[in-house]
Amino acid sequence: MSVTLKINGKDEALDVDPEMPLLWAIRDVVGLTGTKYGCGQALCGACVIHLDGEAVRACVTPVRRAVGHAVTTIEGLSPDGSHPLQRAWVELAVPQCGYCQAGQIMTAAALLRKRPKPTDAEIDHSLAGNICRCGTYTRIRAAVKKAAEEGSAR
Amino acid sequence: MPLRSPSLSRLLAALPLIAIACSGAPPPEPPTPKAPAPIATPGGLRDPASFAGMADPAARSQAMFLEASRVMLHPRCVNCHPTDDSPRQREAHELHNPPVLRGDDDQGIPGLRCTSCHQDTNLELARVPGAPKWQLAPKSMPWLDQTPAAICAQVKDPKRNGGRSLAQIVDHSTHDKIVAWGWSPGWGREPAPGSQAQFGALMAAWVENGAACPQEEASR
Repeated sequence: MSVTLKINGKDEALDVDPEMPLLWAIRDVVGLTGTKYGCGQALCGACVIHLDGEAVRACVTPVRRAVGHAVTTIEGLSPDGSHPLQRAWVELAVPQCGYCQAGQIMTAAALLRKRPKPTDAEIDHSLAGNICRCGTYTRIRAAVKKAAEEGSAR
Repeated sequence: MPLRSPSLSRLLAALPLIAIACSGAPPPEPPTPKAPAPIATPGGLRDPASFAGMADPAARSQAMFLEASRVMLHPRCVNCHPTDDSPRQREAHELHNPPVLRGDDDQGIPGLRCTSCHQDTNLELARVPGAPKWQLAPKSMPWLDQTPAAICAQVKDPKRNGGRSLAQIVDHSTHDKIVAWGWSPGWGREPAPGSQAQFGALMAAWVENGAACPQEEASR
């Protein structure tokens, strides 16, 4: 069945089952592999993308839910990697293995959209569902604070 | 020394009754029950007719709410009626994993909304439960670790029940889709007792009989 999704501002006509997890469509059909598969059960946060600016876990989101809504992946967060969070991530050398980082950044971006100046507790609570096996949590929190301080969250 | 023992005396006295029973005469009518009939099955729910033997409408109404509270205090329902800001999960009311919070609108916090994971239907492969308008019950409606009496008082109070009339409470119990999820909870989860139709009928009968609340010490 053909569905049309707007992914990172571009209309994509996909011949997929509407019940297919959005993560499969994004990675395997469209070819945007920045979003990662972790647990497949919405427990780790590696697959977080945005639907109309809200963070959702693409591994459990059926394609049909995204029809008519704006899908944003890590590739679409900024055209050139210049989002304040991406800059802060580089400056503070946040990632270690890096596998979870796209999900971490997308969740943090959804947080900053609603709370441009979050407290440490708000950062911890909002990112509590994003697991980092390398334990980069303190650097993640520092980078979110740094991006917030720049005052250009979007 | 007596010729007959006491037990032998009782047996001889009962012989006429045994003779009547053996003669085909109808047995005497059983006394009218004062308590509702027992539950038919472990996961069942008594229907309003089970309480017909209770003459006092207030006592009948109290008993009906007590029966309905078996649904309200079931993990499928009470896990999203916490007294704090964190939903529970599984049969032992474990804290939700990932650790989520109710937020300002009972639907989560920025970046970690209920609908970040929960869809409008159960996901059997991922085992994530879902239903339309998935969210926590408002903080004014805590059921976890509460008594049936306390829940009854909350359910009746428009200041704490979302401004609902008793008729709206019955309608919510009978037709609401997130309430319906309690009986179709998906992978590996025990459903609430009975069915939503039976629960709705009990709530309707509770209201028809005066919407009386159980005593504080009453338990389900």
